[in-house]
Amino acid sequence: MIYPVVEVRGLVNRFGTQLVHDGLDMEVRAGEVFGVIGASGSGKTVLLRSILGLRRPQAGVIRLQGRDITRLGPRQLTAVKADYGVTFQHGALFSSLSVLQNVQVPMLEHLALPADALAALAHLKLHLVGLGADAGKSPAQLSGGMVKRAALARALALDPGLLFLDEPTSGLDPISAADFDALLLDLHRELRLTVVMITHDLDTIFRTCNRVGVIVDRRMVSDTLEGMLDNPHPWIQAYFHGVRAQSRARLAASASAAPVGGGPRHGA
Amino acid sequence: MYLSSRRSDDALALDLAGDWRVRNFGALARELAAVPLAGAHSVLIDAARLEALDLSAAWLLQGFIERAHAAGAQVHFIAGEPDLIRLVEPRAATVGAASAAAVPAVTIESPAPARRWLTEPLALLGRNTVLAGRDSLGGLSFLGRAALTLLSAIARPRRLRPVSIARHLYDTGVTAIPIITLIAFLISVIIAYLGAQQLARYGATILVADLVAIGVLRELGVLLTAIIVAGRSGSAFAAEIGSMRLNEEVDALYAMGVDPFEVLVLPRLLGLALALPLLTIVADLVGLAGGAVLCRAVLHIPLSQYLVRVREAISATTFWVGVIKAPVFAILIGAAGTLRGMQVSGSSRELGRLTTMAVVQAIFLVILADAIFAIVFMELDI
Repeated sequence: MIYPVVEVRGLVNRFGTQLVHDGLDMEVRAGEVFGVIGASGSGKTVLLRSILGLRRPQAGVIRLQGRDITRLGPRQLTAVKADYGVTFQHGALFSSLSVLQNVQVPMLEHLALPADALAALAHLKLHLVGLGADAGKSPAQLSGGMVKRAALARALALDPGLLFLDEPTSGLDPISAADFDALLLDLHRELRLTVVMITHDLDTIFRTCNRVGVIVDRRMVSDTLEGMLDNPHPWIQAYFHGVRAQSRARLAASASAAPVGGGPRHGA
Repeated sequence: MYLSSRRSDDALALDLAGDWRVRNFGALARELAAVPLAGAHSVLIDAARLEALDLSAAWLLQGFIERAHAAGAQVHFIAGEPDLIRLVEPRAATVGAASAAAVPAVTIESPAPARRWLTEPLALLGRNTVLAGRDSLGGLSFLGRAALTLLSAIARPRRLRPVSIARHLYDTGVTAIPIITLIAFLISVIIAYLGAQQLARYGATILVADLVAIGVLRELGVLLTAIIVAGRSGSAFAAEIGSMRLNEEVDALYAMGVDPFEVLVLPRLLGLALALPLLTIVADLVGLAGGAVLCRAVLHIPLSQYLVRVREAISATTFWVGVIKAPVFAILIGAAGTLRGMQVSGSSRELGRLTTMAVVQAIFLVILADAIFAIVFMELDI
């Protein structure tokens, strides 16, 4: 039997009297890039923290590769965690370690590698994300985009099949964000990753996601992008057809309408 | 002057002029308040000569207009209402709501004060008692979890993280030697000096050696060392782990399948448990040396005589009674620091609060434990 990579059923999360999730369902299939979107405060990060086991939900089942993480003992849970990589919103790099050492932390914890392989593999991961020259820097010396890349390299340290990314392009300029999207797509294709990504970035969603799940009314509506564009829910309509989305569409239209040839042209 | 007003029978004409901006807020408010509204049935405002009007000044003007309405006057603008006035029109609603809320609030609370002086301190006492109880339980379960982690780590020695323990041994121990040395030396000199003054009255100056030896070895060496280490390392533990919490680094560890207890808490506890006894021995040695220096230099007791006295004063257990306390103090200091660090969440203010709490509680726990040790040793006749 093939399990969904991530399966959430009937998730309930409550903070005091504030109900964040009420019977939320979510399913991510192998090989997908699944985008999680929702209004600020709709509980995207809480959902991620529940899936990662950082927060115990009030009710619900969370299965990763068919294993219910709310019922696993500590040792089995550690094994599950070695199967996925996570990047946090602000990177969460270990500030007392160099970039290279950051990538090595998961390897040191879970694998018994000889020292030369450890160094080489960590360098490889950094090259993969374009930080080959920055291995010796400390996290404080990195720019915002480099922090996100270093976090990605660390998330890839154990060659996981599943990646969780929390707002990987937030706070980046559009060019760096586009670079990150391209990098993610490359890695997704070459490493056969399944990616679950929380994001607000419409460009990232359109460029990278196969399916999106929208948290509205404390539940999740999942669909393909095309299906989501036709969804009648007012928030989803506003999200995909609002001012930001329209200006983006106009830019795309004018770019494609521009005559081919001559010098490089940018949107009107 | 930002406005001039002319009064006819029941009409008031108001000319606004000048720079109506927030930096002139005080003057604007004063002048508007001074406008006589009584008896006016219509107010005509001419805003044509305004040089500038910003939102704060418009809010003031709107307040004036509402007062005019309340006084039963019609308000008109001669050259059209400034656009900004429309933006601040909800003022009526917000101010009204605020005052409306204030009125029932007073009536609700008015019967209460008779009892509040009694109930509020009681409620506070109860709440704090429950919180303190929960806090103690939390501390106990923290220690329990640390012990369990230690047991499972002993089974797999790599999990003990010798490198990390060595680092903390260095940070909390080796780098503390200068300050510990200085304090131990000065304290033993002070004790010897004060003791000598008192003992001289009985012609027993030589007993200064006994005083220093027993005082430093049994109590002061370990206690002072522990208090200095609580200030140095208890705060460092709380701040290090706390800032890692703020930076989501602890969450990242969890998500990697790494137990933060194993990598953050246990090495600190073990490192400190090794460092504090060693520091105590340093403090003991320096304290005895300080006594010797003072005896030699001030009291003219030769070193050989001092050493003989010291040897006679102490029994086999005197040294161990002091040093045995050190690992216990170390665990208390380390637990207070790491527990408070792990409790940090959300804001840098929490970090400061919990770091302070870590040091205060570490020192309190050390002294409490010392008192318990003293009673136990007394009962055991050691």
